[in-house]
Amino acid sequence: MKIIVCVKQVPDTNEVKIDPVKGTLIRDGVPSILNHDDANALEEALRIKDQYPDTHITVLTMGPPQAKDMLTDCLAMGADEAILLSDRALGGSDTWATSNALAAGIRKIGDFDLIFAGRQAIDGDTAQVGPQLAEKLGLPQVTYVKEFSFNGRDITVKRALEDGYEVIQLQMPCLLTAIKELNKPRYMPVKGIYKACEKEITVWNAKDINVDLKKVGLEASPTNVHRSFTPAPKGKGIMIDGDSPKDLADKLVAKLKEKHII
Amino acid sequence: MNFSPTKQQEMVRRMVREFAVNEVQPIAEEIDAEARFPQETIDKAGPLGLMGMPFPEEYGGAGADYVAYVMAIEELSKVCGSTGVIIQTHCALCAWPIMTYGTEEQKKKYLPDLLTGKKVGAFGLTEPNAGSDAAGIQTRAVDMGDHWRLNGTKIFISSGGVADTYVVMAMTDKSKGTKGITAFIIEKGMKGFSIGKKENKMGIRGSLAAELVFEDCIVPKENLLGELGKGFKVAMSALDVGRLGIAAQALGIAQGAFDQTVAYMKSRKQFGKPLHKFQALAFEMAEMATRIEGSRLLLYKAADRRQKGLPSTVEAAQAKLSCSETAMYVTTKAVQFHGGYGYIKDYPVERMMRDAKITEIYEGTSEVMKMVISGDIFK
Repeated sequence: MKIIVCVKQVPDTNEVKIDPVKGTLIRDGVPSILNHDDANALEEALRIKDQYPDTHITVLTMGPPQAKDMLTDCLAMGADEAILLSDRALGGSDTWATSNALAAGIRKIGDFDLIFAGRQAIDGDTAQVGPQLAEKLGLPQVTYVKEFSFNGRDITVKRALEDGYEVIQLQMPCLLTAIKELNKPRYMPVKGIYKACEKEITVWNAKDINVDLKKVGLEASPTNVHRSFTPAPKGKGIMIDGDSPKDLADKLVAKLKEKHII
Repeated sequence: MNFSPTKQQEMVRRMVREFAVNEVQPIAEEIDAEARFPQETIDKAGPLGLMGMPFPEEYGGAGADYVAYVMAIEELSKVCGSTGVIIQTHCALCAWPIMTYGTEEQKKKYLPDLLTGKKVGAFGLTEPNAGSDAAGIQTRAVDMGDHWRLNGTKIFISSGGVADTYVVMAMTDKSKGTKGITAFIIEKGMKGFSIGKKENKMGIRGSLAAELVFEDCIVPKENLLGELGKGFKVAMSALDVGRLGIAAQALGIAQGAFDQTVAYMKSRKQFGKPLHKFQALAFEMAEMATRIEGSRLLLYKAADRRQKGLPSTVEAAQAKLSCSETAMYVTTKAVQFHGGYGYIKDYPVERMMRDAKITEIYEGTSEVMKMVISGDIFK
């Protein structure tokens, strides 16, 4: 089986800095990691490979040249091949433009049975790229996958809902987006680290993937970041003191009434 | 001169740090309190290659370099000194001498299971009357024609009882002193080999130490490791590697206690301000940070020399001396800066101070390190 896992490099901190003019993230100087949900997506692909050793896993990302570090992590975990879409023309893409570029990259890869992506990235939190990609490639998709099984032919997944789950059976090729409940991603084995550092990472520019330049990059992106800001921290909470549970409850009720909550 | 880690070393450090925080730290307090060997950690560490880092893949090793190896021991020891020493003893004192002095048959028989963590290794040199003075060992091995017969007792053996494979030193010719010592590979379950007293230790309580008892123990001829009468060299060269591991363990304990203290000093307020705003304390932290970093450079240099195949006995002794004394100094201050909270078991610095002490003692005391270093100066 041939699996493509779409991954994203995200900043590894809560103190992300934002470009005051463009309203986009400043990535320089901030340590980057493999996006959490994408690690779950890769782990599930690796589990298929554990079971079916002839499985070939390609990790695909779009990003600046530094994204190679994250791809090396993916190779160390056990992916077979890594491809980076990197070009100034692709910079500043929103989800629509990103999925155009990734779809073009996947078309260039050509042969695949299954695409895994993370549900969403911790920097943008949109959860749009996976579904957009499936639409653009004309593939059936299931989002929020929390359980996965494969019998060698068909795929059965559980899709998480707010109040339960759906059991869905589907055939390949298809696209699935993973959530953290799906699995616990493996650590990079030491041997994998040494091997990964010797592997070449394929880098494709916009021309290589034959993407329409009017459909990628900051200018082409229909989403405009109006303003990004760090929310003001909540003030200190109120601690209620009292002698007895009854006393505490009375004081709490009085406070809630005062604020017109009850 | 290059002070930057390689990409591989950085990745190993990052992976082990994550592993240590997620898998080792949560049980560190418990294995200390219960003096319990963390088998579950070994089971997880094996498949990741942590039980056989600086060994060739051919025998099941991870093919890593020695700098990455000491970084891994350091990261583990930052959260749990017991786990650090279990893995270092296994690698340096059991797998390493088998790798270095073993026959092809011995390597193929023992290394794959050891280096993947399916089996745990240990090392037996110390005896009641032979500590730093290894020449005084009384365990005797007698050639019985088709086998060796061992009699004697080893004490304070790390992972004793838990381990499956032991590299043990025995006297084959008392008249020759250290040149009469020979190394043997002993397996759990060999007839006449049993585990005696289990020690109740001050620190590194998750790393069990026990007595090894040999009563007419029958050891097959093919289990002689290296050459007859060359056991002292086997032991001393293994201890050179072991000292890198102990230095790394000590460095990790020091760094772990330091990090805990930084966090505590930022949050703990007295006299209306956080502790780090008191310059006397902040300056002391500067001193600690400098000693930790200096020790780290000595250690990485020694590990790098070993990796490059350069002589590293003196460098390893200097690294061990500096790292272990720094660990004791830093952890003692860490407890002090935590005040009363430092003395109770709710904060990890109490455990770290107990764990630090042994690093000045085992695999060569600080005094023995000074013998090695001064011996080189005045040779």
